[in-house]
Amino acid sequence: MGKKSVIPFGPQHPVLPEPIHLDLVVEDEVVEEAIPNIGFIHRGLEGLAEKKDFNEMVYVAERTCGICSFGHGMGYCEAVEKLMNVEVPERAKYLRTIWMEFSRMHSHLLWLGLTADAFGFESLFYECWRIREWVLDIMEKTTGGRIIFSVNQVGGVHRDLDEDQIRFMKGELDRIERDLKNCEKTLFEDATVQKRTRGIGVLSKQQIHDLGAVGPFARASGLKYDMRMTGYEAYGNLDFEPVISDEGDCYARILVRTKEIYQSIRLIRQALDQMPAGELSVPVKGMPKGEAMVRVEQPRGEAVYYVNGENTRFLNRFRIRTPTFANLPGLCQMLQGANYADVGILVVSIDPCISCTER
Amino acid sequence: MANVKRSPWILHYDGSSCNGCDIEVLASMTPVYDAERLGVENTGDPMQADIFLITGGINSQNASVVKQLYDQMPRPKVVVAVGICACTGGVFKDAYNILGGADTVIPVDIYVPGCAARPQSIIDGIIRARDLFQKRSEEHDALMKKKNLERRQA
Repeated sequence: MGKKSVIPFGPQHPVLPEPIHLDLVVEDEVVEEAIPNIGFIHRGLEGLAEKKDFNEMVYVAERTCGICSFGHGMGYCEAVEKLMNVEVPERAKYLRTIWMEFSRMHSHLLWLGLTADAFGFESLFYECWRIREWVLDIMEKTTGGRIIFSVNQVGGVHRDLDEDQIRFMKGELDRIERDLKNCEKTLFEDATVQKRTRGIGVLSKQQIHDLGAVGPFARASGLKYDMRMTGYEAYGNLDFEPVISDEGDCYARILVRTKEIYQSIRLIRQALDQMPAGELSVPVKGMPKGEAMVRVEQPRGEAVYYVNGENTRFLNRFRIRTPTFANLPGLCQMLQGANYADVGILVVSIDPCISCTER
Repeated sequence: MANVKRSPWILHYDGSSCNGCDIEVLASMTPVYDAERLGVENTGDPMQADIFLITGGINSQNASVVKQLYDQMPRPKVVVAVGICACTGGVFKDAYNILGGADTVIPVDIYVPGCAARPQSIIDGIIRARDLFQKRSEEHDALMKKKNLERRQA
């Protein structure tokens, strides 16, 4: 029996650019308990709903998180539209779906890079980020922004895609798919990746269900749980199945997220082919009154948006339940009994987005 | 480039940003934008860093962390505020938990605006920081030389 000691992890830590603080109770290199402490990035974003007009609030909602920025804007708009009984035009629904899937691709590629960096595979990190830059180029050429592109508005979208842009998107998707196939060999078969991820942080399907985990983290343990199956926006018209894996370790999480990038590519192709012509937005009349709740599948999992209005320009209450918040109990469960050297990869494996969590 | 004598290391800390500027800071280090060609390197250790890149505003909980990181860095040092939140508080200026930009707790030398700041402007900020760092290092060296000389004479 060794002596117990407490090792602080974060808030400034090389493995993760975001501040999260964990107190790790360690005995002989084995983590006995992990006590999370969050609140370093709390801004009080939800409180701004009382100070900003509900149309203006879209821009604040998009800045909940810079990685899944489009999804947060979309979730907020959907909630307000539901509250005000606004039916979004078909073309706007498809455009939202397309940009949402591009956001998912860029988020997953970013995560693959950070995971490779977490176990010291620097060239794989650079390779993933090189592919990610193409996704960002597509976003920049079609919306004007690289990561935060405010194209959502209550009642539709601001921008349209023309023929040239659609052709450009399709060409770039082929290029991304080809390069990702190359990268995939290393991700799935390389001995270094396997050594650091196989059998690390295993959670069973039952455990994942009991801990209330969501998103790719839950799907990697075999839980078939994807909000896109509820058919919001244009997802109801597209043909897809959630990607799942049964192993429930860090390797399965890499597998699921990589396959989801291919799934996003397929979804975008389908949506581009099916997209009908028509209006981009409908005028919104009146003020929000009552309450509404929507659920949206973000790159990290299910996010819940709640809005409450009292017939004024300002919302009474705006609330987001973010996916990382739901995944934190799963992380603490994984860390119990883990090796100290694996803490970095385990923390990264839930794809933590602390900015979302603390808002 | 020929007059570059030093290769400053960068410490990056996410104050209370939305992640947008953080991933752009990381993107500007990766091969597509490649800020590392300027001789800088990203490090996780404040004790070895010369340039402090801070993103996001200051809130009551991270104020002490930012101050501590700044104090741990050896002199001479340069602080770059990346993104509008680190400059002034940005879109979150009215939020109840934001005290203001990075300059509410530490002295900031270079302000890089943008929401999110683009890699090109971040690289521009790094170049200016590098030049300022070189100037400060020379001043620091001259001062140390003078002090050593005085000590020897005394």
